[in-house]
Amino acid sequence: MQSTTRPTDRTVQLMATCLCDAFFDDVARATVEVLEHVGCEVEFPENQTCCGQPAFNCGDWPASREVMRHTARVFDGSKPVIVPSGSCAAMLFHGAPLEFEKEKDLPTVQKLANRTWELADFLVNGLGVEKWPGRFPARIAFHRACHTRGTGSGEAALKLLESIEGLEVVPFGEAEQCCGFGGTFSVSFPHVSSSMGCLKLEHLTEMNPDFIVSGDMSCLMHLSGLAERGEKPVKTLHFAQILQTALHRHG
Amino acid sequence: MAEQKVELFARRLDHGVQKAVHNNSAAGTEKRYNVLGTDYSAPDDLRRLAGQIRQHSIEYLDTYLEQAEQSLKRQGAHVHFAVTADDACRAVSDILQKAGAKKVVKSKSMISEEIHLNDHLGTMGIESVETDLGEYIIQIDGDHPSHIVKPIIHKNRRDIAKSFEREGLGDYNDDPETITRRARVFMRDKYLQADAGITGANFVSAESGRLVLVTNEGNSRFCLAAPKIHIALVGIEKVIPSDADLAVLLNLLGRSATGQQLTVYTEFINGPARTDRPSGPQEMHVIFVDNQRSEILASDCREILRCIRCGACLNVCPVYRQASGHAYRSVYPGPLGAVLSPLLAGKKFKELADLPKASSLCGACNEVCPVDIPIPDLLLKLRNRGHQEHAPSPGTPPMGAFAKLASSPMLWRFAMKSNKVMNLVPLEKLPLPYLQPWLKTRTLPTWRGGEFRSWMKSRHKK
Repeated sequence: MQSTTRPTDRTVQLMATCLCDAFFDDVARATVEVLEHVGCEVEFPENQTCCGQPAFNCGDWPASREVMRHTARVFDGSKPVIVPSGSCAAMLFHGAPLEFEKEKDLPTVQKLANRTWELADFLVNGLGVEKWPGRFPARIAFHRACHTRGTGSGEAALKLLESIEGLEVVPFGEAEQCCGFGGTFSVSFPHVSSSMGCLKLEHLTEMNPDFIVSGDMSCLMHLSGLAERGEKPVKTLHFAQILQTALHRHG
Repeated sequence: MAEQKVELFARRLDHGVQKAVHNNSAAGTEKRYNVLGTDYSAPDDLRRLAGQIRQHSIEYLDTYLEQAEQSLKRQGAHVHFAVTADDACRAVSDILQKAGAKKVVKSKSMISEEIHLNDHLGTMGIESVETDLGEYIIQIDGDHPSHIVKPIIHKNRRDIAKSFEREGLGDYNDDPETITRRARVFMRDKYLQADAGITGANFVSAESGRLVLVTNEGNSRFCLAAPKIHIALVGIEKVIPSDADLAVLLNLLGRSATGQQLTVYTEFINGPARTDRPSGPQEMHVIFVDNQRSEILASDCREILRCIRCGACLNVCPVYRQASGHAYRSVYPGPLGAVLSPLLAGKKFKELADLPKASSLCGACNEVCPVDIPIPDLLLKLRNRGHQEHAPSPGTPPMGAFAKLASSPMLWRFAMKSNKVMNLVPLEKLPLPYLQPWLKTRTLPTWRGGEFRSWMKSRHKK
């Protein structure tokens, strides 16, 4: 469980995540614009790399701790650290304290854990944003990324999405099921992972939504990659991109 | 490239079996969700409370186990302790041999599966008949359970009708009611002929010595109706402090397991027959089985001992739904088994160290667990242990180079930009063994490394 007294200052540090660094600059840009819209000043520590989750999930905790120590140094300070990914955020506030349980520098990563916010969680539960302005006329299926279980992120994202004019969130079956990505799981269990993903796609597209939306690019990258290979491409958007687009359509 | 064993099993699994396992599991998840949501305004609070009760029970297991022993003896039961699976089997056969017992009826018990009791009794010339319908079908087929609550989740009624025909239980008939009626007729004689009834236990109250058994078929009651001897095999972790704790645990067990508010039969057994309570077996033996549990209790994965064997984590697990229970090569499948089985393996940990990897770490198991076991954390800890002990893990990329790269910001930025070359070549041709399985079923987006960094810089200049 995360600390209930996480900082809510409006000068924030952005952890863009390695996926946005490598593939999804549009999502990172959307995150900056969304944060600026609510009055935040966004700092981007240049030396950031990755949260270390790939090694953590592979069981190579010494390698993962090496990356996490670097990350803790890069994000030193007291400002909120905002992450446009439930998965990477969970690595900072849950995974890191777990892998440092028996390490001397546990307090350092615990301090970072207590400053970490997933984007939607920060907007709604941190800054108290209740409604999002603008328009986004579309029907979307919202995939609540697995690493936001037990956090306020899923509810928060839905609250803002549902407040946008013209936007309809459609229901689908087996909503609690994973998209099958799981990081390196998708590489070492390709058949199981793909089968999970195809089943997820079937459910997500039941109501023919215009977009599949999530707060995690890893799930969306997996789902759209599968759909494209299966020659039934789907359109995906990160939660922040919907907020950004709605703003642009705001009179 | 070598393949993960669970992956290989799933890939070769019969499509019909996979569908049956998926549909049955998904139905279980939905029933659980509906009944808990309807009956309780805050089921998660209840799960956390139950988790605290169970955690407390195992933290003070030494105290409660002793107290349970005293209480059971006070009720007139004999209490035995078995350190290993072999010890437990021997304890059972010793009791039976001493009494000259030749025929045994069994109600469903996972620990008897764990110690391979039926095989042992067979070699001793003792007939042991499983009386739970699913377990009976497993027994006549020489099969293994693929789910801890629904042992034949992988079979359909046509398979079962064929087995019954083969066993001489009537002509082929796949009507479920007919199958059940035939099993009942067959079982009645077995109950009447049996010298002893063997059960497990869902809980043992340390305070009262009450042994609690839940079933839906009532077979455990029949097992204890005619036979003179009752033997209960109980994992040491099944002890709870007091009867009052059952109010929380029983309310969660049925709902989590089968979506029932309570199982059809819930038995509270207070020792053998006495003059003031003449029904039931004359002799009652409780065998507490350790079989590695003390080791688990001493480890950093002790939370798994909270488990009350409801099977909700199996039902909700997307990997279980794809791979089915037999993929886990052990008595306990699914997320629970991926943690418990390698730990129960003791010195043979490495043989099952691949199981904790068979998970996307989606956390659905923790979300449905009635005793709030942090299963994903335990899977991760076991992955770390597997890595430390150099357990083989096919398809897991080495992480040393990644860690170096991700701890060197200059190198990282360079790699981000230079990898753009990937956009110019067909990825399928790249000699990157860990990329190829991904690309077989999925595409990768265009590499845009460093673009965001440039954008941020350009904004600050303005």
